[in-house]
Amino acid sequence: MTPRRADSAAAAEAELVARLRAGDEAAFVELAARHQAAMLRLASAFVPSPAVAEEVVQDTWVAVLRGIDRFEGRASFKTWLLAILVNRAKSTGMSEARNVPIGDVGSAVDPSRFDAGGAWSSPPRHWVEESEDRLMARGLRGRLEATLRRLPPRQRAIVILRDIDGLDSDEVCRVLDISAGNQRVLLHRARSRLRQALEEFIDA
Amino acid sequence: MRLLRRDPLACREVVELVTDYLEGSMSRGERRRFEAHLADCPHCTGYLAQMRATIRLTGRLEPADLTAEMRDDLGELFRRLRDEER
Repeated sequence: MTPRRADSAAAAEAELVARLRAGDEAAFVELAARHQAAMLRLASAFVPSPAVAEEVVQDTWVAVLRGIDRFEGRASFKTWLLAILVNRAKSTGMSEARNVPIGDVGSAVDPSRFDAGGAWSSPPRHWVEESEDRLMARGLRGRLEATLRRLPPRQRAIVILRDIDGLDSDEVCRVLDISAGNQRVLLHRARSRLRQALEEFIDA
Repeated sequence: MRLLRRDPLACREVVELVTDYLEGSMSRGERRRFEAHLADCPHCTGYLAQMRATIRLTGRLEPADLTAEMRDDLGELFRRLRDEER
């Protein structure tokens, strides 16, 4: 998004928030329509089923409608909204410990692909000519979605917020209440797993 | 701390630094050392390209649009809460 388009989107959103404060139902439905799908996806990172994710989203809208007067406009509406959602999802969802996948040693690439000196012995194959559109149509979309679903909750949430919803790292730290360093480590692990899935898809 | 060493980065180290590089969180010296490795290493350059492609492709997993039914539910929720407050 160009800065100008981002600005006008932010202005449109601020106007919707102002109308919501004034009790305008249409403004609420429009705001909800903008964010609902992203909220469902994010909630799914923390709770065990789509049905529970829907409940968390619904609870979040109730909290937003009751608390809109407390929104101070220091953060963007979206950051405020998603922080409420994550709090609710975490308190509703399973414990973090239950979701740590076994065998996640935390290295970006399988260590056996390097020689004793740390140079590639099995390097990634060079970029194929196939277009990204065609890769997605050929089944990469499903593969990435499946890989995303298997990531631990916070890693999954970070990738969703950064790479799908387009938040910056400061906003993600605020939404998830984590440090910048922690955000970067978890983002690195998550993107490394997704890259691995991409490589396996291309090589298959 | 390892980065303060003078010897060149190994590929195994480079793949762990890719996110710091893309996030712009490296010091100038670290970035120079990282880019010096890339200049000599087509494999790590390819790896970085795959990481950038991964980010772009993940960004295309947009969530589905809201259905008319969901819109109706939201309107109903709004009116229910407003009526409760009266």
